[in-house]
Amino acid sequence: MSAVESAVAQQPAKGLARIEHEGLLDVRDLVTYFKLREGDVKAVDGVSFMLEEGKSLGLAGESGCGKTTAALAILKLLPANGRIVSGDVLYDGKNLARRTEFGMSKIRWKEISMIFQGAMNALNPVQQVGKQIAEPILLHENVGEAKAMARVRELFELVGISEKRIREYPHEMSGGMRQRAMIAMALACNPKLVIGDEPTTALDVMVQAQILDLIENLRKELNLSFILISHDLSVMAETCDKGVIMYAGKVVESGTAENLFTNPQHPYTRQLIRAFPNIHETRAMVRSIPGDPPNLLDPPSGCRFYPRCAERNPGCDAVVGEPASTEVEPGHIVRCVLAHTGVTS
Amino acid sequence: MTQTDSSIATVDAPPAPAYEGHVTPRDVEQAVTTDGRLFEFRDMEVYFPVRVGFFRAMVETEKRFVKAVDRISFTIAPGEILALVGESGCGKTTTGRTLLGLEKMTGGEILYKGLPVSHFTQAALRLFRRNAQIIFQDPYNSINPKHTIYDIVAEPLLVNRMVHTEREKEEQVVKALESAGLRPARDYLYRYPHELSGGQRQRVCIAGATVLEPDVIVADEPVASLDVSIRNDILKLMVQQKEELGVTYLFITHDLSLAWVISDRIAVMYLGKIVEIGETEEVVKNPQHPYTKALISVIPVPDPTTRRERVILSGETPNPANMPSGCRFHPRCPERMDECSEVEPQDVHLGGTHYGACLRLGR
Repeated sequence: MSAVESAVAQQPAKGLARIEHEGLLDVRDLVTYFKLREGDVKAVDGVSFMLEEGKSLGLAGESGCGKTTAALAILKLLPANGRIVSGDVLYDGKNLARRTEFGMSKIRWKEISMIFQGAMNALNPVQQVGKQIAEPILLHENVGEAKAMARVRELFELVGISEKRIREYPHEMSGGMRQRAMIAMALACNPKLVIGDEPTTALDVMVQAQILDLIENLRKELNLSFILISHDLSVMAETCDKGVIMYAGKVVESGTAENLFTNPQHPYTRQLIRAFPNIHETRAMVRSIPGDPPNLLDPPSGCRFYPRCAERNPGCDAVVGEPASTEVEPGHIVRCVLAHTGVTS
Repeated sequence: MTQTDSSIATVDAPPAPAYEGHVTPRDVEQAVTTDGRLFEFRDMEVYFPVRVGFFRAMVETEKRFVKAVDRISFTIAPGEILALVGESGCGKTTTGRTLLGLEKMTGGEILYKGLPVSHFTQAALRLFRRNAQIIFQDPYNSINPKHTIYDIVAEPLLVNRMVHTEREKEEQVVKALESAGLRPARDYLYRYPHELSGGQRQRVCIAGATVLEPDVIVADEPVASLDVSIRNDILKLMVQQKEELGVTYLFITHDLSLAWVISDRIAVMYLGKIVEIGETEEVVKNPQHPYTKALISVIPVPDPTTRRERVILSGETPNPANMPSGCRFHPRCPERMDECSEVEPQDVHLGGTHYGACLRLGR
């Protein structure tokens, strides 16, 4: 620690002292709203999860459940009408939720990077792909163009693109190739944590398998922590150590992948799992969850899943406020009235 | 073409009737489906010419083609859901579009109730098109935002002059909407697409396709842009319409697990060729072609405890303008042999309706 930094560390009033927390990333009670003319959209409403170094975590749920918003809030990349209302994003001893824009610019890409949803289609069509990947390196590292390009060549090799293609334009690459380039860009400044927002959604199954395999290998090789945001529970089951199931801005269940898939406790998790076909089991029609998620401008008090829940009890709607969380197994947390009273098992 | 060149699923088919003259609308109306062949594709090919520059055109004597669909043969039985599965660029969409007459085939034949589509007169084609409809992938862009739901669903009726009175028209539209699961239909008639959710829009598209009571609906990735729960509703609706109304579906998808859920038969395409076709259960549980095996092995399943051997093929589908020699799958095949790069595999009957095109089969 340099003299300046240690001097700063002695001033806890400025909020720069190292905060003790578990894991590499510890999100506590994160609340994020979007301001609309009609009021606040409570997109993320009290979300907590923790990720250890070198592990992978999946954030899953239907569209609109707040999974992408939660990720954007971690990096403070919310659109202009979005804001973090309360809660902490503790990363490596720092509270990102309270960092200034300048402070965040030191975190983004150097520490935490992101593969944005559909970013492979957002590459600049009139600039060489290699140059676009060099951009964050030039911005964050104190190096010249030649060194940056050398780093890009390294990255290309890492993600399995021939370095001859460094001068190609996006239209010359296939979707899978462009997604590899996006992964290269996310790794450009050696981050510790990478957030992938639906990194394989628009890809074919075979290319999806290649990309997931690549992410898995890179994760082991570089000891990366990884957050996968996906609507596809099957993808999460295959790639993540831990999982967080979100519904209408709330975490309904979290635990290890094995907890969630072999012993799901929340009715939503159970219904969601049944919505995905399992080709290795006997053939069955996939089930849908009737109804629509609630309007987050004015979410129902009490259990937000109650109107669509297949296992609801007369006692459920009597609960005021969010159902309490129950730790059914070590590390396996469920927010359901029934789990609390031990009715489900 | 030699006798040994018979392609998949027509190994036991009788030779095509030599057709003279034209097929008139009357022929189409009188035609009946025999031995479970509503549609029959015979060595159908769709080649798109590759445009080359002036100099190249001077030098190269041979014209180059993208072989989007390369001599495929299969049948569609009435009242079945046939899934056409493959990666992007394998020709599955082109096959569907050609069935509807939206793409011109450059060779081979499609038989509709035993009649060759290429011999249809204009009037017969109009009748044929009425009987073959399509549902597109994106329900957000495939319906006119300025039309009411009523207008959207009624349009095919007007175009085909199927209704004569306003009352008749409304009855048919209401019936189609209700069968597509928009109940009560009268609540939806005068609404606009933007007032509906993605799932409801796709139901409107399905109503628009079924309002003419077609023989076949080509569903081109109908659920790819929908959320899981809505996706499952639409899949259920397709099965329901098949069972209750006898609608035949050609279900085009890249997701084999969805095909597995709703289809009766699956055809797996690779680079313009059908490499395996058969009963769904048979293809999924007992795949014979290495490509099918690989595809099935990489499908993610919602169960982290089953660790299975995954066959991840390296690279991507080659450019169809530059087809590999021999078996077109050999450069990526995990089970390739020396002869694979020289000999093009023929279709092998694997029992029942199960066929595969691989040199390792039938030995």
